[in-house]
Amino acid sequence: MSDIDPILLAVLNGRLVQIADEMDATLYRSAFNPIIAEAHDACHGLYHAETGATLVQGTTGLPIFVGAMAFAVKAVIDKAKVDGNLEEGDTYIFNDPYDGGTHLNDFRLVRPLFWNGKLFCWLASVGHWLDVGGNVPGNFNAKATESFQEGFRIPPVKLTRAGVMQHDIIDILGANSRVPQSNWGDLNGQLNALDLGERRVKALLEDYGDDLIVTAMDVLTARAEKLMRANIAALPDGTYSYDDFLDNDGITDKPLRIALDLTVSGETMRLDFSRSSPPCDGPLNIALSTTVACCYVALKHIFTDVPANAGCLAPIDFVIPDTTLLGVSAPRPVGGYTETILRVIDTVFGAFAKVAPERANGSPYATINALSLSGWREHGRRWVMFCFFGGGLGGNPETDGLNHGNNPISTATIPPAEILESLYPVMFTQWALRPDSGGPGFNRGGLGAIYEIEALADGATDVSLLGERGKFPPFGVNGGGSAALNSFFYDTADGEKNPSMVSKVADVKIAKGQHVRLETPGGGGFGDPLTRDAARVARDVRLGYISSEAARRDYRVVIGEGGAVDQAATTTLRSEA
Amino acid sequence: MTTFSTSSVLGVDVGGTFTDLLLYDAATKAFRVAKVPSQRGDEAAGFMAGIAAVSQGSSIGSIVHGTTVGTNSLLERRGSKIGVITTRGFRDVLEMRRRDRRQTWGLWGDFTPIVDRDFRLEVEERTLANGSIYMEVDVAAVREAALKLRQQGAEALAIIFINAYANPENEQKALAAAREVWYNDFLSASHQVLPEIREFERSSTTALNSYLQPLVSSYLAKLEGALQSLPFDGQFYIVQSNGGVMSTATARRFPIRTALSGPAAGVIAAASIAKQAGYENVITGDLGGTSFDVSVIVGGKASLAAQTTIDFGMVIRTPMIEITTIGAGGGSIAWVDRGGLLQVGPESAGSRPGPVCYGQGNDRPTLTDAHVVMGRINADKPIGGKLARLDVEAAKAAILKHVGEPLGLDAMKAAEAIVRVADARMAGAIRLVSIERGHDPAKFAAVPFGGGGALHVGAMVKEVGLEAALVPRFPGVTSALGCIIADLRHDSVQTLNLPLDGIDIEALDRRMVAAGEDVRSVVAAASGMIERIDLSFEFDMHYVGQTHTVAVAVPVTIDNGKTGVTAAAIKTAFEAAYAASFSRSLSGLPVRIVSLRSAAIGRRPALDLSAFAPSADASVETARKGTRKVWIDGAWRDTTIWSRLDLPVGAIIDAPAILEQPDATIYIDPGLRGRVDKLGNLIVERVAS
Repeated sequence: MSDIDPILLAVLNGRLVQIADEMDATLYRSAFNPIIAEAHDACHGLYHAETGATLVQGTTGLPIFVGAMAFAVKAVIDKAKVDGNLEEGDTYIFNDPYDGGTHLNDFRLVRPLFWNGKLFCWLASVGHWLDVGGNVPGNFNAKATESFQEGFRIPPVKLTRAGVMQHDIIDILGANSRVPQSNWGDLNGQLNALDLGERRVKALLEDYGDDLIVTAMDVLTARAEKLMRANIAALPDGTYSYDDFLDNDGITDKPLRIALDLTVSGETMRLDFSRSSPPCDGPLNIALSTTVACCYVALKHIFTDVPANAGCLAPIDFVIPDTTLLGVSAPRPVGGYTETILRVIDTVFGAFAKVAPERANGSPYATINALSLSGWREHGRRWVMFCFFGGGLGGNPETDGLNHGNNPISTATIPPAEILESLYPVMFTQWALRPDSGGPGFNRGGLGAIYEIEALADGATDVSLLGERGKFPPFGVNGGGSAALNSFFYDTADGEKNPSMVSKVADVKIAKGQHVRLETPGGGGFGDPLTRDAARVARDVRLGYISSEAARRDYRVVIGEGGAVDQAATTTLRSEA
Repeated sequence: MTTFSTSSVLGVDVGGTFTDLLLYDAATKAFRVAKVPSQRGDEAAGFMAGIAAVSQGSSIGSIVHGTTVGTNSLLERRGSKIGVITTRGFRDVLEMRRRDRRQTWGLWGDFTPIVDRDFRLEVEERTLANGSIYMEVDVAAVREAALKLRQQGAEALAIIFINAYANPENEQKALAAAREVWYNDFLSASHQVLPEIREFERSSTTALNSYLQPLVSSYLAKLEGALQSLPFDGQFYIVQSNGGVMSTATARRFPIRTALSGPAAGVIAAASIAKQAGYENVITGDLGGTSFDVSVIVGGKASLAAQTTIDFGMVIRTPMIEITTIGAGGGSIAWVDRGGLLQVGPESAGSRPGPVCYGQGNDRPTLTDAHVVMGRINADKPIGGKLARLDVEAAKAAILKHVGEPLGLDAMKAAEAIVRVADARMAGAIRLVSIERGHDPAKFAAVPFGGGGALHVGAMVKEVGLEAALVPRFPGVTSALGCIIADLRHDSVQTLNLPLDGIDIEALDRRMVAAGEDVRSVVAAASGMIERIDLSFEFDMHYVGQTHTVAVAVPVTIDNGKTGVTAAAIKTAFEAAYAASFSRSLSGLPVRIVSLRSAAIGRRPALDLSAFAPSADASVETARKGTRKVWIDGAWRDTTIWSRLDLPVGAIIDAPAILEQPDATIYIDPGLRGRVDKLGNLIVERVAS
């Protein structure tokens, strides 16, 4: 199998990735809800006929799905065996988060691709639907204690049979959402993507023959594995531990521990999460497949040159006991999975900073801040504005952290304020960088943001938020400092308030003219802030990235009249450190 | 000696390396071409030197200029210090972008906006999404902010308010107030540059426009000043990114529209050449030093993209010729990644130090080096004439070391592999704009231009399955030719956000007429060389709930102050456009018109390319220049070398063959055959087997 011409291999690799990319683009352009259309919370790829292992993945889809999709396809493979009669034109649909990862909003469509009467591979599409029922519009229910409160759950069922749409399933889906039309549009967008992928793969098979394509995909998988092994082998052997914490589970204000013992041994690596907290009452649990998927994301951010297929996970051994919150099964609530996976990724970054501090980056802001504002329009129609927010990325060996970036699990762009204002009765009164939110360092963490929103609706506006990092800030590495904490405020008749669960809210209403304000963390710093050039610190002060107080306190740089560095005072202050 | 009358048009394309000129007189069909080195940083000097070379003292009717001054200023961030006045709470929009990052994988890297944070000031004002004024603008604060920015050294001023697309009133008041204290003409507001929803895209486009304004204005002033020393009192035009031409007055107001001026001219020329040669469906491929730029032309028309990203966080949203760029040019470096896969690009040796064979210090092999080693590029006659000869041995050693040894191949096999991977990437780019958008490649011809594009016709014809390739007679001056051919054009866009159900069609009609007259007047003001003005209207539409749109052309004209547009016609056109893009129809769901795009096109007289045809006394015998050993499919083969410009009409060139001309090299693969058409283009087609 390894005797394929390397040049032809490069050609085929390009063709395959292009197919998945174009499936992504087709869904983005035809989707209805902005979480897919604008924020690209979706993913497409080709998967192994028997194992469901990832063969090819698009480059524009959401990173977290890259690791999770193989589990989803496997779930369908198992179900198809039970169902029997798999045929051309069948498409499975499901959103079961325990079988294929993530949360109820992520609807997966999985379609077998037949060639010469034989199953050749699977095509899959996943996209985040705006609302799937449950107690909270948008489904980020910070107070859920059972999956049933988070929305409806669909196991793998056939949406189309031999190309015929099963409208009774559509009816069930429609009856269980606050926004059935939006979901219907997204569903069709996903079908557009699968239709297109099927045409493109068949054209490729026509051009090259299935034997050659199978060989090429096998070789590409083997190469990814080889590359990952080479990356691991270059690291010093040993066990490196890092513990980080979630603020609470939304039910009880008590921290949850995510603990990683990372062992490098030759060209293999073990990620052991056994010391993590047990399953929690609230929605901060995740399923095993989700944990594996997010570790994959972390490793891909560290080893950027390894291609996105199943090969790169081959040298990694996972220990994720079901006695921890990282390996739960139904009906434990998992709607806040975004926060937990970000913390898992942080522990991988934290442990890696011990393995190779000079190649590490400070923690990104690492909270999704799923904010939903909702209410009723005239004629009893629902409106649901749902959005994830940005923050700073970590300082790194090359640069300061990026201001207002996205989380490592995502490449989603934020919907424009003008789009949100044109769709929903809200007005943004601030959309700005947040000074002093980046962790100090030789290379400073990037800044988080401040978003303040005024309710314009005549009736009450329901507010729900699922966020984190309100008590445990994004950490710095290699001597860098921590970033600012996440903060959320809402107006009440008695003035501005913070939620009792820090960054989690599920039962707040604001009136017309009242505000909510979200202040997101920056990224952690990289390297000792006292080694940062005083001129760079003065520039930060001039641009308002940091205050002159922070310059003095964190960097020991004194800013004098006119914004220039007071060299003498700075030298004295720095020498006292 | 040929002389030129006042009906002559001069096309001037100032590129990064060369300034290409083409002077053409429609009355006499006389033409002359010239190529002079560009002067980086003093483009006007190169421009004038070129004019001297091409006109030789003769008079010139009008001048059309394709420029990279704007492009390069953006890429190299050499624009002006500008100030921004914005809505309270929103000064960081430019810096926060759309919360993206540079790459999917890897969290490193930062972003420096083109306007520092202390040059972005806020004032009290607010417009809502429905266009109502929530808070009137504080004009005193605007004046104060403008003064402060002026004191800080801002050279241009941009006023960017939230929701100004829905109602420009506050921006207009702010503009008037700022003008009272501002010291130059470089002052604009976002509703003038891009009255379209999405604050980041509007802010970025507006700010980048201001960023270019002082520079492009002074460049144009310098050119106009210098032109006064010539016997020239005609019109002077600039090519826009949309492939149309505008007056210098419009270019001063909207310099951002010159961002892709040079490449757009090339595409326009390629479209026109192909059309006259009988090919209406064309894919153009411009192979430069660092990139391969592809555009698709359907039915003789180039497709326009609404938006492009110049670099991370630098978004321009104005209609531009849709150009898909991949990082595989002649200077792209070939390397083997850690997984053992051969890659070409995206890193490039550019034109300095350039390929290894240039002997200017680069020791990593490039695509050009592979061509030189394989004998496809003549090492003794480098294009452009700057170097005496190319160092074949150094190129060969570099290929062996960096590609051959890691892959276990000898130098020749490695060179061939580099070309194959580059071919595959170019084919991929062509596939992306053709097959992937539903066009059947068998109905398209490739038009390679630039110095090296014609070395890869085989990849275009054989790998993608295109009908043929058409190599223009003068591939190196294609962009200058485009300047002469391009129509005058002015575009506008406005966000409407109107549901189609129950639409006030009379009101829509009035808006279309107003927008149409608006763009028409801009073109009419720049007239002088046009036959007529055509108006075109397009809606961006979607099903209510979607955020992306499909472009829906509405074929109407203004008669007696009305377009006569109907809701039913709009709906039919939308459903057809949607079905062309997506497999699943959603008919039954409500539909919305998001925006109106209007364009006025001032048609210029068609250019008769027969002026460039080979002379009647050309012959195959004089064109034959002997043979050379060329590496083809794993072996050295004797290959006929032709002097391309000496070939007569109707000449048939069998493969393998190399055709040389001063500004380009053409390689004809086995399995292909070339013929010279009546205009002197070389048509390369598959040999029927």
